[in-house]
Amino acid sequence: MVTYIIRRLIAAILMLLIVSMVTFAIFFLVPRLAGATPEGMASRYVGRTASEETAKLAAERLGFNDPVIVQYGNYVKGIVFGAEYDYGPGVETCPAPCLGYSFITRQPVWPDLLDRMPVTFSLAVGAAVIWVLVGVGIGVVSALKRGSLFDRAAMTVALAGVSLPIFFTGLISLVALSYGNPFSIFAQGGHYTPITENPIMWAYNLILPWVTLAFLFAAGYARLTRAGMLDTMNEDYIRTARAKGLAERVVVTKHGLRGALTPIITIFGLDFGLLIGGAVLTESTYSLQGLGKYAVDAITNNDLPKVMGVTLLTAVFVIVANLIVDLLYAVVDPRVRLS
Amino acid sequence: MTVSPATDAFLELRDLRIHFPTDDGLVKSVDGLSYRLDRGKTLGIVGESGSGKSVTSLGVLGLHNRRNAQVSGEIWLDGLELVSAPEDVVRGLRGKKMAMIFQDPLSAMHPYYTIGNQIIEAYRIHNKVSKSVARKHAIDMLGRVGIPQPDRRVDDYPHEFSGGMRQRAMIAMALSCDPELLIADEPTTALDVTVQAQILDLMRDLQREFDSALIIITHDLGVVAELSDDILVMYGGKCIEYGSTDDIFYNPEHPYTWGLLGSMPRLDREPTDRLQPIKGTPPSLINVPPGCAFSPRCPYGSRTGGLSTGEVPELTESRGGHKVRCHMPPAERRSIWESDVKPMLETT
Amino acid sequence: MSEHPDMLLSVKDLSKHFPITTGLLKRQVGAVKAVDGVSFDVVKGETLGVVGESGCGKTTTGRLITRLIEPTAGKVVFEGEDITHMSQSRLRPLRRDMQMIFQDPYSSLNPRHTVGTIVGAPFRIQGIKTEHGIKRAVQDILSLVGLNPEHYNRYPHEFSGGQRQRIGIARTLALKPKLIIADEPVSALDVSIQAQVVNLLEDLQNELGLTYVVIAHDLSVVRHISDRVAVMYLGKVVEIGGRKSLYSSPLHPYTNALLSAVPIPDPANRTGRERIRLQGDVPSPLNPPPACRFHTRCWKAQEVCKTVEPVLTELASGHQVACHFPENMPVLETTAPAENTTA
Repeated sequence: MVTYIIRRLIAAILMLLIVSMVTFAIFFLVPRLAGATPEGMASRYVGRTASEETAKLAAERLGFNDPVIVQYGNYVKGIVFGAEYDYGPGVETCPAPCLGYSFITRQPVWPDLLDRMPVTFSLAVGAAVIWVLVGVGIGVVSALKRGSLFDRAAMTVALAGVSLPIFFTGLISLVALSYGNPFSIFAQGGHYTPITENPIMWAYNLILPWVTLAFLFAAGYARLTRAGMLDTMNEDYIRTARAKGLAERVVVTKHGLRGALTPIITIFGLDFGLLIGGAVLTESTYSLQGLGKYAVDAITNNDLPKVMGVTLLTAVFVIVANLIVDLLYAVVDPRVRLS
Repeated sequence: MTVSPATDAFLELRDLRIHFPTDDGLVKSVDGLSYRLDRGKTLGIVGESGSGKSVTSLGVLGLHNRRNAQVSGEIWLDGLELVSAPEDVVRGLRGKKMAMIFQDPLSAMHPYYTIGNQIIEAYRIHNKVSKSVARKHAIDMLGRVGIPQPDRRVDDYPHEFSGGMRQRAMIAMALSCDPELLIADEPTTALDVTVQAQILDLMRDLQREFDSALIIITHDLGVVAELSDDILVMYGGKCIEYGSTDDIFYNPEHPYTWGLLGSMPRLDREPTDRLQPIKGTPPSLINVPPGCAFSPRCPYGSRTGGLSTGEVPELTESRGGHKVRCHMPPAERRSIWESDVKPMLETT
Repeated sequence: MSEHPDMLLSVKDLSKHFPITTGLLKRQVGAVKAVDGVSFDVVKGETLGVVGESGCGKTTTGRLITRLIEPTAGKVVFEGEDITHMSQSRLRPLRRDMQMIFQDPYSSLNPRHTVGTIVGAPFRIQGIKTEHGIKRAVQDILSLVGLNPEHYNRYPHEFSGGQRQRIGIARTLALKPKLIIADEPVSALDVSIQAQVVNLLEDLQNELGLTYVVIAHDLSVVRHISDRVAVMYLGKVVEIGGRKSLYSSPLHPYTNALLSAVPIPDPANRTGRERIRLQGDVPSPLNPPPACRFHTRCWKAQEVCKTVEPVLTELASGHQVACHFPENMPVLETTAPAENTTA
């Protein structure tokens, strides 16, 4: 078991290194290969109107002329220990973890990300709770009542859920239940109250985005759970459980669901990891200032360090979520512990 | 349909039918099956795949697919009729009064729970005892079925047991509540020969110890010869021959039983050049041939003057409790057996 | 038994060890000795049966012979040619002569191909010209194995288990092989169908002069079909001999126990029969017992069995055993190292 954990940990760390290399390559190497000069890249830091001379100097000071390996080394060093940016007019200290400086705001990226994280996190956690409960619940009932009216209705709605994009369901919900029409029982977009300030307002403001996001995922989870339950309930060990005289409810929950949940844990790890890296569409639709919205704004402004910061952070979340899933797997399935 | 039990038998099936409607037609898995079994006795049910032998026993425990099954007939267990009994009553009997051992112990045990937990669960459904008492009982049961160091192995998972040990654990689980009826569905098919012998010995010993009624379902005539008092041969969802083990092996009267005996290579006979297979293949339970289900494969069908394909033969008593479902008159069957079949089997 | 003039297949010291790795660096800590120094010969036209319980290496042996997996050591000589290290391209023409029949007639046939395509595939792959076209050749084979030639355009799911096994056999026969390795050819079939397929295999052998290596766990089937039988236990051949001699007077205690464990379809045997009951299951091939691998379950085991590995020795004509204390010793020959202790 210990070797299993250590092996997973090492794999996760290696994965992180590779991700950092790839992001670095995309943001620093590819532009160079595409023909951007060191001066061109440095000029972004000093402003478009700067003279050629200043740009040259900045490029030298920011290290754009160094060999690629050294640049990558500095980049990683910045993340781990912090860095100092000397782009000419002055020196800016960027404490660890330094994910670079914004071109536009001249602010370090990391504190920005820290600001945005609670929003995305609140959105993701709330939605996840809803979609897991609803999705798995509907999936189980559908499987047990296969072919019934409930099953058919649920699966039809689920198919719609998987197919409809967030910006559609989101806007519909806003138009229908917000924006000052008679049914405006929910908050309009753009409001966020930290849970520490007022938990009720926190939930009230987030309920629409939660439901919209959960609808999409719940649909997929319902279908997945249903398929998994149908498989599991056909297993021999379910028949054994019934042969013991167990009540059907216990057979379903203790013996059936436990078997069917394993693939769902895997998918959930991936989905949740991705989501806390930014629910781009949901945040944009509801104007929530989360990581996703941050990334979209950064892309619009061509603010490379910000984009890179979000990318790296998302990758970290996905990798960590996967690591947790792997460990959970070993807890759920004793056979994993052996191999 | 109120029929008085009027039976002193421990288990009695009367005209049991289990049919499953499907898109392709009605699957008549069990089609009018009757038999009786007393405590302390062993009944062997023999048949090939699709003969309905497994569904029969699942039906007794109420474990057949209830959602779409059409069940009729009666199952009397110790004075209680099970087909018309509410599901809750049957469930209360499962595991306690009647238990089952399945073919493949690896897939029949939950991979995520320890052997001990699965036995404890079975015990605590029917006995209101604490976990630690149930655990002691589980260890005790594991010891009784011959698992070494049961106090340590009780916390192992099924995949940590060998095949034979798993089947022993399965038996321990089935016997944990001291059932009076034990049904074993191909209990040794998934096991190696030397392990199979151990398990058959174990089942024989345990049955004596517990004085339970045992039904053993198998395709292997060798297994029933070792264990059974009576044998029921199934074909196409029906019983085609029923009798004492001696009846079936020494004086079988149904051409299908003859065919089974002739198909098997046997270690106790000199091998000759050829086996005597039954031609054709077993029928599908959707399209059971008209008349006698065995007629398309029967070498003696022509002797019935067209009856064999026109009419379903009745299960009639030949002599002394030996019942046969065949259009040929008993005397003719016996003379074919004595003059044609028996000599051929003995040179084999 | 060296260099028989009609030798078709000769297996010498064949071994297959699957490595076991552990720890972070996947260090190799041991090996599953699935097959460990197996030797036997097969003469043209005969049937060698290979029996044993799960984990004895019988299936791996079959795959090694056909080079479906690569051996760790030893060699396979087919028709006088060492094929152990032959490249796949040189092996291809030889594959025509050496075919395999598998256990499961359900999973070994591609469900999307018609019977004609399946049975005809060997012709196409090997690029063989047939006199009247491939279809005709396939139909001839179909009728040879007892299938209706008109079933040429049907799909596997339209057939029963026994018929599918016939299709599998038809496929192996397409190229008129010399040697057929059959791995549990009838164990997935119903009793009444088993007999049909066993008879078919025998008929084909007589008609086409085939040589078989039949791998099975069912001792009755193996006795029925084989001329000679090899008994395997944990990767080793413990006994090999003529069918009659091996079944009537088995020399190895394991063979004896194996035969005694088979349930006999005769109720009279319930009481009259002498039974040998082995304790426990077959040990894991991951960590097999040292020296004689059977000593942990053997009622005759002595100290020597735990320290010295017995070698295959010929104790009767053509009948070899690897045991320090063999059973049923022939009375006339007293060359054996141990005293006669028949149980």
